[in-house]
Amino acid sequence: MSFTAAAAVVPVLLPLLVAPLMLLLGQRSRAALLIITVIGIGWALLILNGQVLELGPQRYAVGGWGAPLGIDLYADGLAMLMLWLTWGVGSLVSGYALVYFAHGEAKAERFWPIWLLLWMSLNALFLAADIFNLYVTLELLTLAAVPLAALTGETEALRASMRYLLFALLGSFCYMLGVALLYGGFGTLDIMQLGWLVTPGPLAWVALALITLGLLIKAAIFPFHVWLPPAHANAPTPVSALLSALVVKGALYLLVRIWFQVFPNAGTLVAGQLLGLLGAMAILYGSWQALRQVRLKLLVAYSTVAQLGYFLLVFPLANATGWGGAILQLLSHGFAKAALFLAAGNVLHALGHDRIAQLHGVGMQLPITVFTFALAGIGIMSMPPSGGFLAKWLLLRAALESGQWWWAIVLLCGGLLAATYVFRVLGYALLAPAEQQLPKVVKPALTLELIPLLLALISVAIGFVGMPYLTLLDIGSPFSGQQP
Amino acid sequence: MNQPLFFAWVGAALFGIGLYGLLVHGHLMRKIVALNVMGNGVFLVFIALARRDPLVTDPIPHAMVLTGLVISVSATAFALVLLKRLARQAQAQESSEHDS
Repeated sequence: MSFTAAAAVVPVLLPLLVAPLMLLLGQRSRAALLIITVIGIGWALLILNGQVLELGPQRYAVGGWGAPLGIDLYADGLAMLMLWLTWGVGSLVSGYALVYFAHGEAKAERFWPIWLLLWMSLNALFLAADIFNLYVTLELLTLAAVPLAALTGETEALRASMRYLLFALLGSFCYMLGVALLYGGFGTLDIMQLGWLVTPGPLAWVALALITLGLLIKAAIFPFHVWLPPAHANAPTPVSALLSALVVKGALYLLVRIWFQVFPNAGTLVAGQLLGLLGAMAILYGSWQALRQVRLKLLVAYSTVAQLGYFLLVFPLANATGWGGAILQLLSHGFAKAALFLAAGNVLHALGHDRIAQLHGVGMQLPITVFTFALAGIGIMSMPPSGGFLAKWLLLRAALESGQWWWAIVLLCGGLLAATYVFRVLGYALLAPAEQQLPKVVKPALTLELIPLLLALISVAIGFVGMPYLTLLDIGSPFSGQQP
Repeated sequence: MNQPLFFAWVGAALFGIGLYGLLVHGHLMRKIVALNVMGNGVFLVFIALARRDPLVTDPIPHAMVLTGLVISVSATAFALVLLKRLARQAQAQESSEHDS
């Protein structure tokens, strides 16, 4: 097995091997296993990254079988960025979970193996080269994500997970029927080959519609968002962060792969505007709902609904600028949302509740956590300097340059609404009324406060990376060679 | 209409029936069954595809259906366990309300 081959397989194989070990070896070896996983995947990604930067998109046939019967792995700039996002958020949230689940609960026993399987499915999804393996990885992702959402075993969480599962399965079957039609019509499953072979016609359109519908359901895009807020808000803190930061991104990643690589000409049509409209509605509706929430974790979950909407603007704004902005939105939202959910979890843990209107004085008791919330909030409400700002700035420029001013209005309104809901939380948290006493809090461990802070700092720092990001993004991009 | 095309349409019809059941029925058990009907519809379309050339059978759709079946069985098993847990908790809640 060559060096590159190992680098491409390790991110999938390592978590798969460690998952049963986590179950068998128990609590004492947990930290060691985790460190091995984080270092192993990081090392493999570094090598793969070097290969992609040097030689362009990499392709590897697992076991030497090759398509159509074998499984191909494919890594380009976009895949690398998503793998790095998963590695970054995954490692930090794992560190958080190590402290969070420390007390030998049954929950913890179940969390670790399932989370590693989830990590494996995410890596496999980002590396998959054909639409059927994408289906398999998407299903693995669902089958790992839903049990995590149900981890607490409380009735609310179970009910939310059930709804999540039903929606996810509906989405999968729609997607799979689309795959069947594509295979029936064009005789291949490979994304690149399909890109050459697909010709416009009723069959291709029905297939695209089914695949898109399935993925929109899985990505919780308005009006299919109903499963997301309860499932994400009722999960244990580290799980909420992982679900919101990473899992929904899997379906969105697939959506752009299909639209821009299998159907490269579809984005210019009415369909692109329609998807943009769904995105705009997600932004406005999600932000509005976030503003109305009573509980902090639900507010953060509705904010995810809104932030996912921004990504859909890549379809009407399909040029290098819009592409750069949308992918950056995925990355910065990943880090910012993980930070927000962990911070919200800290508040919940400290106060015993997360009712926004009763957060008085939390700013004095948990200064680091509230600072983290504000820092991550900067990107969410698209204020400079942050990755979230840069992402929306690029989208805004793409909208104005292509003369589609209506998307610019949506972007500005979304930012304004986001600022309102972030400041609403901060307002309650920072202003302690003089006559009221400071709330009694159970102070979380320092690690639990520092890890979200680190995530929030990264979400801001992404706004400053610039060139390395664009260089990597350009490799294998449908808009390769154009400057955003 | 030739045979594969007939089966493809039957598959599509099953998909539609399943979708209808999923949307219309409120009971979770019925929803799970409806999803399985939908899934079988998709699998039938795949099987029909394998015979689109009357002389050779294409093995790839068969491989895909096998994979799909495994996934669908595990997903159904998991959904049933969730359902059982939900039902048990609802029962416990009811009896505790009855007692107090």
